[in-house]
Amino acid sequence: MSDSNDLVWIDAALTAARPKAVAALLRYFRDLDTAEEAFQEACLRALKTWPQNGPPRDPTAWLVLVGRNVAIDETRHRARQAPLPDSDTLADADDKEAELAERLDAAHYRDDVLRLLFICCHPDLPATQQIALALRIVSGLSVKQIARAFLVGESAMEQRITRAKSRIARAEVAFETPGAIERAERLAVVAAMIYLVFNEGYSASGDGAAMRLALCDEAIRLARLLLRLFPAEPEIMGLTALLLLQHARSPTRFDADGAIVLLDDQDRGRWDRAMITEGLALIDKAMRHRRRGPYQVQAAIAALHARAARPDDTDWAQIDLLYAALEELTPSPVITLNRAVAVDKLRGPAAALAMIEPLASPLNGYFHFFGLKGALLLRLGRHAEARVAFDRAIALANSAPEAAHIRAHLDRLARDGAATAGKR
Amino acid sequence: MLYAFLCYNDEAATCAWSKDEESAVMAKLGAVTEKLTRERRLGPVARLVPTTAATTLRKDCDPPLVIDGPFAETKEQLLGFFVIDCNSLEHALETARELGRANPGGAYEIRPLLQFWPGSVGG
Repeated sequence: MSDSNDLVWIDAALTAARPKAVAALLRYFRDLDTAEEAFQEACLRALKTWPQNGPPRDPTAWLVLVGRNVAIDETRHRARQAPLPDSDTLADADDKEAELAERLDAAHYRDDVLRLLFICCHPDLPATQQIALALRIVSGLSVKQIARAFLVGESAMEQRITRAKSRIARAEVAFETPGAIERAERLAVVAAMIYLVFNEGYSASGDGAAMRLALCDEAIRLARLLLRLFPAEPEIMGLTALLLLQHARSPTRFDADGAIVLLDDQDRGRWDRAMITEGLALIDKAMRHRRRGPYQVQAAIAALHARAARPDDTDWAQIDLLYAALEELTPSPVITLNRAVAVDKLRGPAAALAMIEPLASPLNGYFHFFGLKGALLLRLGRHAEARVAFDRAIALANSAPEAAHIRAHLDRLARDGAATAGKR
Repeated sequence: MLYAFLCYNDEAATCAWSKDEESAVMAKLGAVTEKLTRERRLGPVARLVPTTAATTLRKDCDPPLVIDGPFAETKEQLLGFFVIDCNSLEHALETARELGRANPGGAYEIRPLLQFWPGSVGG
Protein backbone atom coordinates (compact mmCIF):
# COMPACT_ATOMS: atom_id res chain seq x y z
CA MET A 1 0.00 0.00 0.00
CA SER A 2 2.80 2.39 0.86
CA ASP A 3 4.33 1.63 -2.54
CA SER A 4 1.25 2.72 -4.45
CA ASN A 5 0.95 5.72 -2.11
CA ASP A 6 4.55 6.62 -2.94
CA LEU A 7 3.82 6.44 -6.64
CA VAL A 8 0.73 8.61 -6.34
CA TRP A 9 2.42 11.47 -4.52
CA ILE A 10 5.64 11.25 -6.53
CA ASP A 11 3.67 11.28 -9.76
CA ALA A 12 1.67 14.28 -8.55
CA ALA A 13 4.84 16.08 -7.42
CA LEU A 14 6.60 15.46 -10.75
CA THR A 15 3.59 16.65 -12.74
CA ALA A 16 3.30 19.75 -10.59
CA ALA A 17 7.03 20.53 -10.80
CA ARG A 18 7.30 20.01 -14.54
CA PRO A 19 6.52 23.49 -15.95
CA LYS A 20 8.85 25.32 -13.55
CA ALA A 21 11.62 22.73 -13.75
CA VAL A 22 11.62 22.46 -17.55
CA ALA A 23 11.44 26.26 -17.78
CA ALA A 24 14.45 26.72 -15.48
CA LEU A 25 16.40 24.04 -17.37
CA LEU A 26 15.54 25.78 -20.65
CA ARG A 27 16.99 29.04 -19.35
CA TYR A 28 20.14 27.13 -18.44
CA PHE A 29 20.59 25.09 -21.62
CA ARG A 30 18.73 27.34 -24.08
CA ASP A 31 17.65 24.25 -25.96
CA LEU A 32 14.24 22.66 -25.66
CA ASP A 33 15.34 19.06 -26.30
CA THR A 34 18.20 19.21 -23.82
CA ALA A 35 15.94 20.76 -21.18
CA GLU A 36 13.31 18.07 -21.72
CA GLU A 37 15.80 15.21 -21.62
CA ALA A 38 17.41 16.61 -18.48
CA PHE A 39 14.00 16.77 -16.81
CA GLN A 40 13.16 13.20 -17.85
CA GLU A 41 16.43 11.96 -16.44
CA ALA A 42 15.86 13.84 -13.18
CA CYS A 43 12.39 12.25 -12.91
CA LEU A 44 13.87 8.76 -13.29
CA ARG A 45 16.31 9.50 -10.47
CA ALA A 46 13.49 10.92 -8.34
CA LEU A 47 11.53 7.69 -8.75
CA LYS A 48 14.59 5.79 -7.54
CA THR A 49 15.64 7.97 -4.59
CA TRP A 50 12.50 9.69 -3.26
CA PRO A 51 10.76 6.52 -2.01
CA GLN A 52 13.89 5.74 0.07
CA ASN A 53 14.89 9.20 1.24
CA GLY A 54 11.44 10.79 1.36
CA PRO A 55 10.49 13.86 -0.62
CA PRO A 56 13.08 16.63 -0.91
CA ARG A 57 12.25 19.95 0.74
CA ASP A 58 11.73 21.57 -2.64
CA PRO A 59 11.00 18.98 -5.34
CA THR A 60 11.24 21.52 -8.18
CA ALA A 61 14.67 22.77 -7.10
CA TRP A 62 15.83 19.15 -6.64
CA LEU A 63 14.72 18.27 -10.18
CA VAL A 64 16.37 21.35 -11.67
CA LEU A 65 19.64 20.69 -9.88
CA VAL A 66 19.76 16.99 -10.66
CA GLY A 67 18.58 17.54 -14.23
CA ARG A 68 21.24 20.15 -14.77
CA ASN A 69 24.03 18.01 -13.35
CA VAL A 70 22.97 14.95 -15.31
CA ALA A 71 22.84 16.90 -18.57
CA ILE A 72 26.21 18.50 -17.95
CA ASP A 73 27.75 15.11 -17.12
CA GLU A 74 26.15 13.72 -20.25
CA THR A 75 27.72 16.43 -22.39
CA ARG A 76 31.12 15.87 -20.82
CA HIS A 77 30.74 12.15 -21.27
CA ARG A 78 29.87 12.56 -24.92
CA ALA A 79 32.86 14.83 -25.40
CA ARG A 80 35.01 12.17 -23.68
CA GLN A 81 36.39 14.79 -21.43
CA ALA A 82 37.43 14.28 -17.87
CA PRO A 83 36.07 14.22 -15.26
CA LEU A 84 33.62 11.37 -15.72
CA PRO A 85 30.23 11.65 -13.97
CA ASP A 86 30.78 11.21 -10.27
CA SER A 87 28.32 9.20 -8.26
CA ASP A 88 28.26 11.73 -5.41
CA THR A 89 26.27 14.14 -7.54
CA LEU A 90 23.02 12.86 -6.12
CA ALA A 91 24.16 12.75 -2.53
CA ASP A 92 24.96 16.45 -2.74
CA ALA A 93 21.62 17.29 -4.22
CA ASP A 94 19.80 17.90 -0.96
CA ASP A 95 22.51 20.18 0.44
CA LYS A 96 22.68 22.27 -2.65
CA GLU A 97 18.95 22.32 -3.01
CA ALA A 98 18.35 24.96 -0.36
CA GLU A 99 20.94 27.24 -1.85
CA LEU A 100 19.56 26.77 -5.34
CA ALA A 101 15.99 27.29 -4.19
CA GLU A 102 16.92 30.75 -3.03
CA ARG A 103 18.29 31.64 -6.41
CA LEU A 104 15.27 30.15 -8.14
CA ASP A 105 12.92 32.47 -6.35
CA ALA A 106 9.43 33.24 -7.52
CA ALA A 107 10.52 36.07 -9.79
CA HIS A 108 12.89 33.83 -11.72
CA TYR A 109 10.38 31.05 -12.15
CA ARG A 110 7.86 33.61 -13.27
CA ASP A 111 9.85 34.72 -16.30
CA ASP A 112 11.13 31.20 -16.97
CA VAL A 113 7.67 29.66 -17.14
CA LEU A 114 6.32 32.59 -19.12
CA ARG A 115 9.20 32.20 -21.58
CA LEU A 116 8.57 28.47 -21.91
CA LEU A 117 4.87 29.06 -22.61
CA PHE A 118 5.67 31.96 -24.90
CA ILE A 119 8.08 29.87 -26.95
CA CYS A 120 5.26 27.41 -27.57
CA CYS A 121 3.13 30.25 -29.02
CA HIS A 122 5.77 31.44 -31.45
CA PRO A 123 3.99 33.41 -34.20
CA ASP A 124 5.63 31.23 -36.88
CA LEU A 125 3.69 28.25 -35.55
CA PRO A 126 0.11 27.54 -36.63
CA ALA A 127 -2.37 27.33 -33.73
CA THR A 128 -2.59 23.53 -33.82
CA GLN A 129 1.19 23.23 -33.44
CA GLN A 130 1.20 25.78 -30.61
CA ILE A 131 -1.34 23.75 -28.68
CA ALA A 132 0.38 20.42 -29.34
CA LEU A 133 3.73 21.83 -28.29
CA ALA A 134 2.42 23.37 -25.08
CA LEU A 135 0.72 20.12 -24.13
CA ARG A 136 3.87 18.13 -24.82
CA ILE A 137 6.47 20.45 -23.31
CA VAL A 138 4.66 22.30 -20.54
CA SER A 139 1.96 19.86 -19.47
CA GLY A 140 4.07 16.78 -20.17
CA LEU A 141 1.31 14.86 -21.95
CA SER A 142 2.62 11.96 -24.01
CA VAL A 143 2.55 12.17 -27.82
CA LYS A 144 0.04 9.32 -27.73
CA GLN A 145 -2.28 11.24 -25.39
CA ILE A 146 -2.10 14.37 -27.53
CA ALA A 147 -2.65 12.41 -30.74
CA ARG A 148 -5.78 10.84 -29.26
CA ALA A 149 -7.06 14.23 -28.13
CA PHE A 150 -6.66 15.60 -31.66
CA LEU A 151 -8.01 12.42 -33.27
CA VAL A 152 -4.87 11.96 -35.39
CA GLY A 153 -2.35 9.15 -35.61
CA GLU A 154 0.58 9.02 -33.21
CA SER A 155 3.23 9.34 -35.91
CA ALA A 156 1.44 12.33 -37.47
CA MET A 157 1.41 14.05 -34.09
CA GLU A 158 5.06 13.12 -33.47
CA GLN A 159 5.91 14.78 -36.79
CA ARG A 160 3.86 17.86 -35.99
CA ILE A 161 5.67 18.31 -32.68
CA THR A 162 9.11 17.68 -34.20
CA ARG A 163 8.44 20.24 -36.94
CA ALA A 164 7.28 22.79 -34.37
CA LYS A 165 10.40 22.21 -32.28
CA SER A 166 12.77 22.63 -35.20
CA ARG A 167 11.03 25.82 -36.23
CA ILE A 168 11.52 27.17 -32.75
CA ALA A 169 15.16 26.10 -32.69
CA ARG A 170 15.71 28.26 -35.79
CA ALA A 171 13.78 31.21 -34.39
CA GLU A 172 15.38 33.86 -32.22
CA VAL A 173 14.20 33.59 -28.63
CA ALA A 174 15.09 36.26 -26.12
CA PHE A 175 16.54 34.76 -22.95
CA GLU A 176 17.22 37.96 -21.08
CA THR A 177 14.68 39.05 -18.47
CA PRO A 178 11.80 40.74 -20.28
CA GLY A 179 10.80 44.34 -19.59
CA ALA A 180 7.36 45.27 -18.29
CA ILE A 181 5.83 45.91 -21.72
CA GLU A 182 7.28 42.77 -23.25
CA ARG A 183 6.13 40.76 -20.25
CA ALA A 184 2.56 42.07 -20.66
CA GLU A 185 2.65 41.22 -24.38
CA ARG A 186 3.90 37.71 -23.69
CA LEU A 187 1.23 37.25 -21.06
CA ALA A 188 -1.54 38.18 -23.54
CA VAL A 189 -0.20 35.78 -26.19
CA VAL A 190 0.12 32.96 -23.67
CA ALA A 191 -3.39 33.60 -22.31
CA ALA A 192 -4.78 33.30 -25.85
CA MET A 193 -2.93 30.00 -26.34
CA ILE A 194 -4.34 28.61 -23.07
CA TYR A 195 -7.84 29.57 -24.22
CA LEU A 196 -7.16 27.72 -27.50
CA VAL A 197 -6.18 24.59 -25.56
CA PHE A 198 -9.39 24.89 -23.57
CA ASN A 199 -11.60 25.35 -26.63
CA GLU A 200 -9.96 22.40 -28.33
CA GLY A 201 -11.32 20.31 -25.46
CA TYR A 202 -14.58 22.18 -24.97
CA SER A 203 -15.68 21.84 -28.59
CA ALA A 204 -15.21 18.09 -28.41
CA SER A 205 -18.16 15.79 -28.87
CA GLY A 206 -18.87 12.20 -29.80
CA ASP A 207 -15.99 9.73 -30.06
CA GLY A 208 -12.96 10.68 -28.04
CA ALA A 209 -14.86 13.48 -26.26
CA ALA A 210 -13.73 12.28 -22.83
CA MET A 211 -10.12 12.27 -23.99
CA ARG A 212 -10.43 15.78 -25.36
CA LEU A 213 -12.21 17.04 -22.25
CA ALA A 214 -8.93 16.35 -20.47
CA LEU A 215 -7.58 19.29 -22.48
CA CYS A 216 -9.97 21.54 -20.53
CA ASP A 217 -8.42 20.31 -17.26
CA GLU A 218 -4.96 20.93 -18.72
CA ALA A 219 -5.90 24.47 -19.78
CA ILE A 220 -7.23 25.21 -16.29
CA ARG A 221 -4.01 23.88 -14.80
CA LEU A 222 -1.97 26.17 -17.07
CA ALA A 223 -4.19 29.15 -16.25
CA ARG A 224 -3.79 28.51 -12.50
CA LEU A 225 -0.04 28.19 -12.98
CA LEU A 226 0.03 31.55 -14.73
CA LEU A 227 -2.15 33.10 -12.04
CA ARG A 228 0.14 31.87 -9.27
CA LEU A 229 3.03 33.54 -11.07
CA PHE A 230 1.09 36.75 -11.82
CA PRO A 231 -1.30 36.95 -8.87
CA ALA A 232 -2.39 40.56 -9.48
CA GLU A 233 -3.30 40.39 -13.19
CA PRO A 234 -7.08 40.82 -13.53
CA GLU A 235 -7.18 39.38 -17.05
CA ILE A 236 -5.46 36.18 -15.89
CA MET A 237 -8.00 35.96 -13.05
CA GLY A 238 -10.70 36.52 -15.69
CA LEU A 239 -9.29 33.83 -17.96
CA THR A 240 -9.06 31.28 -15.13
CA ALA A 241 -12.58 32.16 -13.97
CA LEU A 242 -13.92 31.85 -17.52
CA LEU A 243 -12.41 28.39 -18.00
CA LEU A 244 -13.68 27.17 -14.61
CA LEU A 245 -17.20 28.51 -15.09
CA GLN A 246 -17.50 27.04 -18.58
CA HIS A 247 -15.97 23.70 -17.64
CA ALA A 248 -18.34 23.46 -14.65
CA ARG A 249 -21.15 22.89 -17.17
CA SER A 250 -19.30 20.11 -19.06
CA PRO A 251 -21.10 17.18 -17.35
CA THR A 252 -24.46 18.45 -18.66
CA ARG A 253 -23.73 19.72 -22.17
CA PHE A 254 -24.45 16.37 -23.85
CA ASP A 255 -26.99 13.71 -22.93
CA ALA A 256 -26.26 10.00 -22.56
CA ASP A 257 -26.64 9.53 -26.33
CA GLY A 258 -24.21 12.34 -27.10
CA ALA A 259 -26.93 14.80 -28.20
CA ILE A 260 -26.48 18.51 -27.45
CA VAL A 261 -28.35 19.81 -24.37
CA LEU A 262 -28.93 23.57 -24.56
CA LEU A 263 -28.14 25.82 -21.60
CA ASP A 264 -31.83 26.26 -20.72
CA ASP A 265 -32.34 22.48 -20.57
CA GLN A 266 -29.18 21.53 -18.65
CA ASP A 267 -29.52 19.91 -15.22
CA ARG A 268 -28.01 22.72 -13.16
CA GLY A 269 -27.77 20.43 -10.13
CA ARG A 270 -25.01 18.57 -11.96
CA TRP A 271 -22.89 21.64 -12.65
CA ASP A 272 -19.57 21.38 -10.79
CA ARG A 273 -20.03 23.47 -7.63
CA ALA A 274 -16.32 23.52 -6.72
CA MET A 275 -15.39 25.01 -10.09
CA ILE A 276 -18.23 27.54 -9.87
CA THR A 277 -17.20 28.60 -6.36
CA GLU A 278 -13.60 29.13 -7.48
CA GLY A 279 -14.64 30.87 -10.70
CA LEU A 280 -16.97 33.28 -8.91
CA ALA A 281 -14.28 34.07 -6.31
CA LEU A 282 -11.79 34.86 -9.07
CA ILE A 283 -14.11 37.11 -11.07
CA ASP A 284 -14.93 38.95 -7.84
CA LYS A 285 -11.22 39.52 -7.26
CA ALA A 286 -10.66 40.66 -10.83
CA MET A 287 -13.48 43.23 -10.81
CA ARG A 288 -11.90 44.96 -7.83
CA HIS A 289 -9.04 46.10 -10.06
CA ARG A 290 -11.40 48.05 -12.35
CA ARG A 291 -9.29 47.21 -15.39
CA ARG A 292 -11.81 45.70 -17.75
CA GLY A 293 -10.69 43.13 -20.31
CA PRO A 294 -12.29 40.59 -22.65
CA TYR A 295 -11.66 37.54 -20.44
CA GLN A 296 -13.15 39.26 -17.40
CA VAL A 297 -16.26 40.31 -19.33
CA GLN A 298 -16.74 36.80 -20.75
CA ALA A 299 -16.23 35.35 -17.27
CA ALA A 300 -18.77 37.82 -15.86
CA ILE A 301 -21.30 36.56 -18.44
CA ALA A 302 -20.54 32.94 -17.52
CA ALA A 303 -20.87 33.93 -13.84
CA LEU A 304 -24.41 35.25 -14.41
CA HIS A 305 -25.39 31.88 -15.89
CA ALA A 306 -23.70 30.05 -13.01
CA ARG A 307 -25.51 32.20 -10.43
CA ALA A 308 -28.96 31.51 -11.87
CA ALA A 309 -30.47 28.53 -10.04
CA ARG A 310 -33.11 28.19 -12.79
CA PRO A 311 -32.94 29.40 -16.42
CA ASP A 312 -35.70 31.96 -15.65
CA ASP A 313 -33.51 33.53 -12.94
CA THR A 314 -30.88 34.53 -15.52
CA ASP A 315 -30.16 38.26 -15.57
CA TRP A 316 -30.40 38.70 -19.35
CA ALA A 317 -30.39 42.51 -19.14
CA GLN A 318 -26.99 42.40 -17.46
CA ILE A 319 -25.75 39.82 -19.98
CA ASP A 320 -26.88 42.13 -22.82
CA LEU A 321 -24.89 45.00 -21.25
CA LEU A 322 -21.82 42.80 -20.83
CA TYR A 323 -21.97 41.68 -24.48
CA ALA A 324 -22.23 45.35 -25.44
CA ALA A 325 -19.06 45.99 -23.40
CA LEU A 326 -17.38 43.03 -25.10
CA GLU A 327 -18.36 44.34 -28.56
CA GLU A 328 -16.65 47.58 -27.61
CA LEU A 329 -13.49 45.85 -26.36
CA THR A 330 -13.13 43.30 -29.17
CA PRO A 331 -15.59 44.03 -31.98
CA SER A 332 -16.55 40.78 -33.74
CA PRO A 333 -19.66 39.50 -35.51
CA VAL A 334 -19.57 36.37 -33.33
CA ILE A 335 -19.97 38.49 -30.21
CA THR A 336 -22.90 40.35 -31.75
CA LEU A 337 -24.42 36.97 -32.59
CA ASN A 338 -24.10 35.90 -28.95
CA ARG A 339 -25.60 39.19 -27.83
CA ALA A 340 -28.61 38.48 -30.04
CA VAL A 341 -29.43 35.51 -27.79
CA ALA A 342 -29.76 37.91 -24.86
CA VAL A 343 -31.73 40.37 -26.99
CA ASP A 344 -34.11 37.56 -27.95
CA LYS A 345 -34.75 36.81 -24.26
CA LEU A 346 -35.27 40.51 -23.47
CA ARG A 347 -37.10 41.87 -26.51
CA GLY A 348 -38.16 38.85 -28.52
CA PRO A 349 -37.14 37.09 -31.75
CA ALA A 350 -37.91 39.97 -34.11
CA ALA A 351 -35.45 42.32 -32.38
CA ALA A 352 -32.82 39.56 -32.28
CA LEU A 353 -33.33 38.79 -35.96
CA ALA A 354 -32.93 42.46 -36.87
CA MET A 355 -29.69 42.46 -34.90
CA ILE A 356 -28.14 39.49 -36.70
CA GLU A 357 -29.30 40.30 -40.24
CA PRO A 358 -26.29 42.58 -40.92
CA LEU A 359 -24.02 39.65 -39.91
CA ALA A 360 -25.13 37.51 -42.85
CA SER A 361 -22.11 38.33 -44.95
CA PRO A 362 -19.27 38.09 -42.37
CA LEU A 363 -20.81 34.91 -40.87
CA ASN A 364 -21.97 33.23 -44.09
CA GLY A 365 -19.84 30.17 -43.29
CA TYR A 366 -20.68 30.00 -39.59
CA PHE A 367 -22.83 27.17 -38.27
CA HIS A 368 -24.13 29.04 -35.22
CA PHE A 369 -25.32 32.00 -37.31
CA PHE A 370 -27.67 29.82 -39.33
CA GLY A 371 -28.67 27.77 -36.29
CA LEU A 372 -29.78 30.89 -34.40
CA LYS A 373 -31.34 32.49 -37.48
CA GLY A 374 -33.38 29.33 -38.13
CA ALA A 375 -34.52 29.16 -34.50
CA LEU A 376 -35.61 32.82 -34.50
CA LEU A 377 -37.45 32.49 -37.83
CA LEU A 378 -39.15 29.36 -36.53
CA ARG A 379 -40.45 31.23 -33.49
CA LEU A 380 -41.70 34.02 -35.77
CA GLY A 381 -43.69 31.45 -37.77
CA ARG A 382 -41.59 32.00 -40.93
CA HIS A 383 -41.18 28.28 -41.50
CA ALA A 384 -40.00 28.25 -45.12
CA GLU A 385 -37.17 30.68 -44.34
CA ALA A 386 -36.35 28.75 -41.17
CA ARG A 387 -35.98 25.58 -43.22
CA VAL A 388 -33.52 27.29 -45.58
CA ALA A 389 -31.43 28.52 -42.62
CA PHE A 390 -31.45 25.09 -40.95
CA ASP A 391 -30.41 23.38 -44.19
CA ARG A 392 -27.46 25.76 -44.44
CA ALA A 393 -26.60 25.11 -40.75
CA ILE A 394 -26.49 21.36 -41.30
CA ALA A 395 -24.15 21.83 -44.24
CA LEU A 396 -21.84 23.87 -41.98
CA ALA A 397 -22.07 21.70 -38.84
CA ASN A 398 -18.71 21.02 -37.18
CA SER A 399 -19.75 17.76 -35.59
CA ALA A 400 -22.35 15.01 -35.80
CA PRO A 401 -24.21 16.19 -32.65
CA GLU A 402 -24.47 19.72 -34.09
CA ALA A 403 -25.97 18.37 -37.31
CA ALA A 404 -28.30 16.08 -35.34
CA HIS A 405 -29.46 19.00 -33.21
CA ILE A 406 -30.52 20.99 -36.30
CA ARG A 407 -32.00 17.95 -37.98
CA ALA A 408 -34.31 17.57 -34.95
CA HIS A 409 -35.61 21.10 -35.67
CA LEU A 410 -36.15 20.22 -39.33
CA ASP A 411 -37.96 16.99 -38.44
CA ARG A 412 -40.28 18.90 -36.13
CA LEU A 413 -40.91 21.44 -38.90
CA ALA A 414 -41.74 18.64 -41.33
CA ARG A 415 -44.06 16.97 -38.79
CA ASP A 416 -45.82 20.26 -37.98
CA GLY A 417 -46.10 21.02 -41.69
CA ALA A 418 -47.65 17.60 -42.34
CA ALA A 419 -50.03 18.06 -39.40
CA THR A 420 -51.13 21.47 -40.68
CA ALA A 421 -51.55 20.14 -44.20
CA GLY A 422 -53.62 17.25 -42.80
CA LYS A 423 -55.98 19.63 -41.02
CA ARG A 424 -56.68 21.54 -44.18
CA MET B 1 -8.82 19.13 24.30
CA LEU B 2 -9.56 20.52 20.89
CA TYR B 3 -6.81 20.66 18.28
CA ALA B 4 -6.75 22.28 14.88
CA PHE B 5 -5.15 20.19 12.14
CA LEU B 6 -3.99 22.67 9.53
CA CYS B 7 -3.52 20.88 6.19
CA TYR B 8 -0.57 21.96 4.11
CA ASN B 9 0.25 20.59 0.68
CA ASP B 10 1.57 21.74 -2.69
CA GLU B 11 -1.61 22.91 -4.34
CA ALA B 12 -0.03 22.63 -7.78
CA ALA B 13 0.15 18.91 -7.00
CA THR B 14 -3.33 18.55 -5.50
CA CYS B 15 -4.84 20.57 -8.36
CA ALA B 16 -3.19 18.13 -10.77
CA TRP B 17 -5.12 15.21 -9.27
CA SER B 18 -7.46 13.53 -11.71
CA LYS B 19 -11.14 13.21 -10.75
CA ASP B 20 -10.50 9.55 -9.85
CA GLU B 21 -7.48 10.33 -7.66
CA GLU B 22 -9.45 13.11 -5.99
CA SER B 23 -12.44 10.92 -5.20
CA ALA B 24 -10.18 8.11 -4.01
CA VAL B 25 -8.47 10.44 -1.51
CA MET B 26 -11.81 11.93 -0.42
CA ALA B 27 -13.30 8.47 0.11
CA LYS B 28 -10.35 7.40 2.27
CA LEU B 29 -10.51 10.63 4.28
CA GLY B 30 -14.27 10.15 4.60
CA ALA B 31 -13.70 6.78 6.25
CA VAL B 32 -11.45 8.41 8.88
CA THR B 33 -13.76 11.36 9.56
CA GLU B 34 -16.73 8.98 9.81
CA LYS B 35 -14.93 7.08 12.54
CA LEU B 36 -14.11 10.36 14.31
CA THR B 37 -17.77 11.37 14.07
CA ARG B 38 -18.82 8.05 15.64
CA GLU B 39 -16.36 8.71 18.46
CA ARG B 40 -17.93 12.21 18.80
CA ARG B 41 -14.50 13.79 18.30
CA LEU B 42 -14.96 15.67 15.01
CA GLY B 43 -15.53 19.43 15.00
CA PRO B 44 -15.75 21.78 12.01
CA VAL B 45 -13.91 20.78 8.83
CA ALA B 46 -13.13 23.10 5.92
CA ARG B 47 -11.54 22.76 2.53
CA LEU B 48 -10.31 26.01 1.01
CA VAL B 49 -10.43 27.19 -2.60
CA PRO B 50 -6.85 27.32 -4.02
CA THR B 51 -4.69 30.27 -2.95
CA THR B 52 -5.11 31.86 -6.38
CA ALA B 53 -8.55 32.87 -5.08
CA ALA B 54 -7.05 34.38 -1.90
CA THR B 55 -6.91 38.08 -1.09
CA THR B 56 -4.85 39.48 1.79
CA LEU B 57 -5.58 42.63 3.78
CA ARG B 58 -2.41 44.01 5.37
CA LYS B 59 -3.60 45.95 8.41
CA ASP B 60 -0.19 47.03 9.65
CA CYS B 61 -0.46 50.17 7.56
CA ASP B 62 -3.06 52.91 7.35
CA PRO B 63 -5.14 52.58 5.27
CA PRO B 64 -4.86 48.79 5.17
CA LEU B 65 -3.38 47.42 1.97
CA VAL B 66 -5.24 44.89 -0.16
CA ILE B 67 -2.97 42.36 -1.89
CA ASP B 68 -3.91 39.63 -4.35
CA GLY B 69 -2.83 36.18 -3.24
CA PRO B 70 -2.18 34.36 0.04
CA PHE B 71 -0.55 35.93 3.11
CA ALA B 72 2.63 33.94 2.70
CA GLU B 73 4.24 32.62 -0.48
CA THR B 74 5.19 29.12 0.61
CA LYS B 75 6.06 25.95 -1.23
CA GLU B 76 3.17 24.23 0.50
CA GLN B 77 -0.07 26.07 1.05
CA LEU B 78 -2.80 26.02 3.70
CA LEU B 79 -5.54 24.07 1.93
CA GLY B 80 -7.96 23.34 4.77
CA PHE B 81 -8.36 22.30 8.39
CA PHE B 82 -10.03 19.91 10.79
CA VAL B 83 -10.94 20.58 14.41
CA ILE B 84 -10.69 17.31 16.37
CA ASP B 85 -11.04 16.44 20.04
CA CYS B 86 -7.93 14.57 21.31
CA ASN B 87 -6.82 13.45 24.79
CA SER B 88 -3.21 14.46 24.37
CA LEU B 89 -0.62 15.50 21.83
CA GLU B 90 0.24 11.81 21.42
CA HIS B 91 -3.40 11.09 20.63
CA ALA B 92 -3.50 14.04 18.19
CA LEU B 93 -0.37 12.76 16.42
CA GLU B 94 -1.90 9.32 16.15
CA THR B 95 -5.00 10.88 14.56
CA ALA B 96 -2.82 12.92 12.21
CA ARG B 97 -0.99 9.75 11.12
CA GLU B 98 -4.33 8.14 10.38
CA LEU B 99 -5.43 11.12 8.26
CA GLY B 100 -2.00 11.15 6.61
CA ARG B 101 -2.33 7.53 5.53
CA ALA B 102 -5.59 8.47 3.79
CA ASN B 103 -4.04 11.54 2.15
CA PRO B 104 -0.26 11.27 1.78
CA GLY B 105 2.01 14.16 0.82
CA GLY B 106 2.36 17.54 2.52
CA ALA B 107 2.00 18.08 6.27
CA TYR B 108 -0.41 18.65 9.14
CA GLU B 109 0.36 21.43 11.57
CA ILE B 110 -1.24 20.46 14.88
CA ARG B 111 -2.27 23.40 17.07
CA PRO B 112 -4.21 23.23 20.34
CA LEU B 113 -7.23 25.55 20.40
CA LEU B 114 -7.19 28.34 22.98
CA GLN B 115 -10.82 29.31 22.52
CA PHE B 116 -13.55 27.89 20.36
CA TRP B 117 -16.83 29.34 19.14
CA PRO B 118 -18.80 26.76 17.18
CA GLY B 119 -20.60 29.60 15.35
CA SER B 120 -24.01 29.50 13.74
CA VAL B 121 -23.36 29.58 9.99
CA GLY B 122 -24.96 26.91 7.86
CA GLY B 123 -27.32 25.80 10.71
